[in-house]
Amino acid sequence: MDFRFTEEQEMIRATAEAFLADASNSAAVRQAMVTEQGHDPALWQKICSEMCWQAMHIPEAYGGLGLGYVELVATLEQMGRYLFCSPFYSSVCLAANALLVAGSEQQKTEYLSQLAAGTTGTLAYTGSSGRWDADAVEAVCVADGDGYRVSGSYRYVPDGHTAQLLVIAAREQGSVGAEGISLFVLPAATAGISRQWLPTMDQTRRQAQLVFDNLPVPATALMGEAGKGWSKLATILDLATVAIAADQVGGAQQSLDMTVDYLKERVQFGRVIASYQAVKHKTADMMVKVEASRSAVYYAACIADEALAGGPLGRELAEAASIAKAYCSDTYFFNAGCGIQLHGGVGFTAEYDIQLYFKRAKSTEIFLGNGAYHRERIARGLLEAHPADGAVEALT
Amino acid sequence: MKLSFSAADEAFRNEVADWLAANLCGEFEQIRYRGGPGDEHSYVQERKAWERKLHEGGWTGLGWPCAYGGRGATIEQQVIFNEEYARAGGPGRMGHIGETLTGPTLIAFGTEQQKQRFLPGILRGEDLWCQGYSEPSAGSDLANVKTRARYDEARGRWLITGQKVWTSLAHESQYCFVIARTDPASVGQKGLGFFLLAMDQPGIEVRPIEQLTGTSEFNEVFFDDAVCGADDIVGAPGEGWKVAMGLLGFERGVSTLGQQMLFQNEFDEVVRIARENGAAADPALRQRIADAHVGLRIMRFNSMRMLSGGGDDGSLSREAMIYKLYWATWHRNLGKLAMDVLGPESEILDGAPYQLNRLQSLFLFTRSDTIYGGTNQIQRNIIAERALGMPREPRG
Repeated sequence: MDFRFTEEQEMIRATAEAFLADASNSAAVRQAMVTEQGHDPALWQKICSEMCWQAMHIPEAYGGLGLGYVELVATLEQMGRYLFCSPFYSSVCLAANALLVAGSEQQKTEYLSQLAAGTTGTLAYTGSSGRWDADAVEAVCVADGDGYRVSGSYRYVPDGHTAQLLVIAAREQGSVGAEGISLFVLPAATAGISRQWLPTMDQTRRQAQLVFDNLPVPATALMGEAGKGWSKLATILDLATVAIAADQVGGAQQSLDMTVDYLKERVQFGRVIASYQAVKHKTADMMVKVEASRSAVYYAACIADEALAGGPLGRELAEAASIAKAYCSDTYFFNAGCGIQLHGGVGFTAEYDIQLYFKRAKSTEIFLGNGAYHRERIARGLLEAHPADGAVEALT
Repeated sequence: MKLSFSAADEAFRNEVADWLAANLCGEFEQIRYRGGPGDEHSYVQERKAWERKLHEGGWTGLGWPCAYGGRGATIEQQVIFNEEYARAGGPGRMGHIGETLTGPTLIAFGTEQQKQRFLPGILRGEDLWCQGYSEPSAGSDLANVKTRARYDEARGRWLITGQKVWTSLAHESQYCFVIARTDPASVGQKGLGFFLLAMDQPGIEVRPIEQLTGTSEFNEVFFDDAVCGADDIVGAPGEGWKVAMGLLGFERGVSTLGQQMLFQNEFDEVVRIARENGAAADPALRQRIADAHVGLRIMRFNSMRMLSGGGDDGSLSREAMIYKLYWATWHRNLGKLAMDVLGPESEILDGAPYQLNRLQSLFLFTRSDTIYGGTNQIQRNIIAERALGMPREPRG
């Protein structure tokens, strides 16, 4: 057992930190977040050509670097820390993961190599019900000749208005729950897909609405078996959940660090306010939560690696993802909320960055299910699975 | 990052499990899951016999160097032993203070003569130790000890006078280590000595403290010119604080995963009851049960990080610094959750006058978890000051 970064992983983490501290500083974030695409295309190109982060966990056979989820999570943590505005999460943690888990050999060869080269992508599966489980899939697909026709609208799709490649989920007419769900991969430029940016409270992450109106989709776009896509989609979502939790750890850490820096400067009653116990105890609680969150995410990253490699611990993925997301969601919101409070009046201004973290805390908390959602998943496994088995495997 | 243990470690795990299966039975069956915090008063003679049994099996002094009769086990092996011990329901150790505190302290700071004299009795499970640190006016402010040590030139020995409090197992111990003031004019951390005293002498009186549990595992210990041999001071007079703090460093670490196994046993009991009595259907309780599960799993991940982490320079890593506050708070919450899951039955005792069942004992005893060994408030000060670099409180 050696539950810490290897030297190489530490180097990857440190490189990401150094790069983003500069490339995604406050001014850069504020510039990118007010554009419709929500990121700086030149910076994205630079990352794709020089840092190759987008290719990190894509196997070498498909043009990737062949690294693992631990390296990915170490990088995502820094992206969260610096509020990085980019299509990285949607392209890598949604689209690439979807292809890794559910793509045919041909689809992987075609699309993973595109993603590894910097093509952007995303996953659309949620309708407007506000759910994140199988019932979230509302769009309907019907067989039509050799192919299919898809109808329905998707909401809350990360970078859905700019992504170049779409992975979508749709269900057979009349099916419910995990039944009847199919996954498709198709270019976003396909005629007939209407895409619209949904301006959001958190301006550092983009969401969009996609409308499919009886859109023809070729049989070659189907990923896996028709109607049997849920178990694959569940794994994709678990992987994506681990990834967003890593973003949250970074944001929670930075909320703490920025706050402590401020507390050490601000003087009231003749002392820096960092010397007051009421303030110190709050920051101590923030640190306890962020360190525990980090342990949860690193563990989940190891499990995600196992799941992608088909290792025995991979069966823990759903539980590890829910543990990480439940804990990190609450931690990030707590830390960013305390951060505003401890900053006092300036925490309420637009000028100080803590407000940006507060908003990203809320948007990442909601995305893929909040703490209560993931705790309920865990409760189901604990309280309704086989007695005394102790494991929480039957989560989905 | 690597989660699995090596083949050699797994073989060691089997060796431990086999030995426990073959020995923790028969006359020892009744002490399985007994003893330990909250149950320290149970089966004392049987648990003393068990200590000797452990010695016969070669399981005492596991982490001590071979040169002092230990087994020189690696951190991984010590973790494995503690895990298997807890999994098998191994009783709360009577000899743990000697083995985990006195022994390592003497090995690090003691004279060769002290090691030869005291270590074998600890290994054999015959000499039990208690810890004379806290005093009525020296709780969180440990350096405020008032107990005095006076050197009796005429007879070449130390005479100790004062009072210690919250001394676990004092009434069962052969020896006590005591910090006492060698320089009567000194204050705070200066002028202290670290003494090794035999408990069976006229100058020492032990009075049990009746706790809110109705039981007594803590004591007051009164010293009235208690005798301590001239050679039985560890370090020089005036160096007691250094030795005392070094000792506290040995308290943390390898036993944490074993402790979590005990917590897991308690949590499983809560889950079992919730399934039986219908509490599992209550949405609010489901959330809290899942939250407890999340908290316990993360405690384990955090320990894995802690045990893998550097610490080569002896300093505590960030994840180690949060550990006490984290587990104590989690455990106290579990006690409350247990009562809420039991509902009205939680009030009903096993019998008069005040016979608590296991979960009632958990509920009441865990109120001490967030107090002893550094209160939650002191832990927050430590985290804020040492990990976050915030200024110390002004101290009088």
